[in-house]
Amino acid sequence: MPRINSPAELEEFRKDIISKRDPDKPCIAVCTGTGCLALGAGKVVAALKEEIKKQGLDTKVVDIRETGCPGFCERGPIVVINPEEICYLQVQPDDAQEIISQTIVGKKVVERLVYIDPSNNEKIVHESDIPFYKNQMRHLIGNNIKIDPKSIEDYLAVGGYLALVKALIEQTPEQVVQLVKDSKLRGRGGAGFPAGIKWGFAAGSKEKKKYVIVNADEGDPGAFMDRALLEGNPFAVLEGLIIGAYAIGANEGYLYVRQEYPLAVENVTLAIKQVEELGLIGENILGSGFDFKITVHQGAGAFVCGEETALLASLEGKPGEPKARPPFPAVKGLFGKPTNINNVETWSNIPLILKNGPEYISSIGTENSKGTKIFSLVGKVTNTGLVEVPMGISLRDIIFTIGGGVPGGKKFKAVQTGGPSGGCIPEEHLDIKVDFDELAKVGAIMGSGGMIVMDEDTCMIDVAKYFLEFLSGESCGKCSPCREGITHMLSIMNRISEGKGREGDIELLEELAMSTKNASLCALGGSAPNPVLSTIRYFREEYESHIREKRCPAFVCKDLIAYYIDPEKCKACMICSRKCPAEAIIGAKEQIHVIDQEKCTNCGTCYEVCPPRFGAVTRLSGEPVPPPIPEKERTIVGKSD
Amino acid sequence: MDTGKIENIIDKYPSDPSSLIQVLIDIQSELRWLPKEALNLVSKKLDVAMSRIQHIITFYKAFSIVPKGRHEVHVCTGTACHVRGATRVLNAVEGHTGISPGETDQDLKFSLDTVSCVGCCALGPVMVVDGEYHGNMGSAKTEQVLKNYE
Repeated sequence: MPRINSPAELEEFRKDIISKRDPDKPCIAVCTGTGCLALGAGKVVAALKEEIKKQGLDTKVVDIRETGCPGFCERGPIVVINPEEICYLQVQPDDAQEIISQTIVGKKVVERLVYIDPSNNEKIVHESDIPFYKNQMRHLIGNNIKIDPKSIEDYLAVGGYLALVKALIEQTPEQVVQLVKDSKLRGRGGAGFPAGIKWGFAAGSKEKKKYVIVNADEGDPGAFMDRALLEGNPFAVLEGLIIGAYAIGANEGYLYVRQEYPLAVENVTLAIKQVEELGLIGENILGSGFDFKITVHQGAGAFVCGEETALLASLEGKPGEPKARPPFPAVKGLFGKPTNINNVETWSNIPLILKNGPEYISSIGTENSKGTKIFSLVGKVTNTGLVEVPMGISLRDIIFTIGGGVPGGKKFKAVQTGGPSGGCIPEEHLDIKVDFDELAKVGAIMGSGGMIVMDEDTCMIDVAKYFLEFLSGESCGKCSPCREGITHMLSIMNRISEGKGREGDIELLEELAMSTKNASLCALGGSAPNPVLSTIRYFREEYESHIREKRCPAFVCKDLIAYYIDPEKCKACMICSRKCPAEAIIGAKEQIHVIDQEKCTNCGTCYEVCPPRFGAVTRLSGEPVPPPIPEKERTIVGKSD
Repeated sequence: MDTGKIENIIDKYPSDPSSLIQVLIDIQSELRWLPKEALNLVSKKLDVAMSRIQHIITFYKAFSIVPKGRHEVHVCTGTACHVRGATRVLNAVEGHTGISPGETDQDLKFSLDTVSCVGCCALGPVMVVDGEYHGNMGSAKTEQVLKNYE
């Protein structure tokens, strides 16, 4: 790779890359993001390569590109064949032969691999026509399937580092800050602070040494958009960071990425190496006189390090304990120097602003929330995956139009946004516009973009308890309102779910929640009570049924439920008795099975394995278990079909 | 313990207390635990007090001061997996291995840990054994998977 010393040389290099590529040559793009890899994408790539060889084709006829995540994780492994943009879903290694012979050689579509619209059974061949994609606005994630994250040439071929040229050569640092201000982009990490204003603070400092940081400590369980961006297009994140460093006047940057994302660490480390080789990181970038270097720092498994002052402490090699602000990092940050920290998705937006003008962001969205936002749509939803949508879209559109609603004919119950700091939103608010302010009004938050759909089988007590459990483990323990507040709320939730709840517990929870919220040092404690408060607000009756009737309507709280085999329906097939890990099922062939309630641990295995056509295992809550049928009445003859 | 290996890891980083966490991460991934001898070496070379090292390794979840089993089982308890029944998967693993999260069994066969989201929520509930992902787990299927490990 040549070292690039000027914008002209970069354009020359780009032209050279593009001229060597034939836009009509078939290219098989296979998603090799973490989700698809887990589903076997690695084997699919190997099978495709093998098949290309076997059928006597070579790299002159067809390319294979291993790309990042395009978002439709539910149907992985995903294969897209360009230039026709034919999209194959749930591809297995055995499909390779047909894909090569039919589609690459024969130019025909393998119909059994395309998406079938469940609403009308129509087959959809092209990626952009699939409803999951059609209703999105994929400014950030759209390039993922077009580039190999291990190849800077791929990124240059789609216009990469044009924005950097514009910033470094055509704009002064002050102008760049102004452009980001004009775009009205708000930080995507959770708090939603306007990015341009934040930049302005650090940029205005007279200190010589300053730092810029990418916060890639994506800790919210159930959120993985930053992982997809870093894995799929690390070059865009780096481009944004270099532009930010130039605008702020920082010559050093850090990328703080969690260690639980090994592929993201690998891809971003390689990307930095390639960008350095090209001279876009280093000394005198593009002849502008601007120097910049980046170091990757891995997080060691602490959720609180997503909080910026804790992250800074961790970067300095200390325990990740937050500090009181002010002073803000823009004044006194890493090693005491002015520091600007933004989240991965925020940095990814920056090249778009430079390349297309601030209106590109500010023209999309609602009054105070501009641009697009990526959500990880997960839980009890048909199309699990990453969705990028314009701000202002309704929750209903995300969950039902794009997400395909709740699977298995179950009823929607709530959607949880914002991770452990967020709240649960019930059906009655599904038509609100998704933006920073509207979500806050209904007691949730935008957060980093986790969106967990819950159906009738989800217990809201259990959900609130789950987040408290998570946070009690992750609270750093430095300030007592957070440490003690969360612990005590959790112990109350535990007793409610164990059937030992008392009158007045709900009010006590509310009181504890308010003190934890108001008195904690950082956002972790300040937002920790949100899941409790929002579930009490919308699902108070569920708390009451747990406390008063000792009943868990969703059959989740183990101590409040029992499993029972309906003697009318049991066919004595022995499946449950064989699988029961507690050996609690009494039964033999042609003997109706009975659960020994003393031995039963409520693990649910019998309920899971009982064939649906029998449906003999039932769940009970808040009512006594019927006595077992007398032994002499248990014999059945010829019923086990 | 191979002292040379540990020294090589430490020498990769600037000899400064701020390198501490990165050095420990590398040693942990190389040896899969942090033996006392290694920590002594880190303390000396980076000029960090042992008390500070103890603070770090107990604060961050990635570190272990006991040897790990031959097979590392991680049950994802992220929110998406949780609502799809991760607790039942975790209970099944606990039942099969006889250990709780954070523990290793006496034969050094399994180590069990929970992890808050591995980012493949479409497959939830997910269990990761030695880096291999097993999706759509239930309590019965969990037993099946674990039986394959010696």
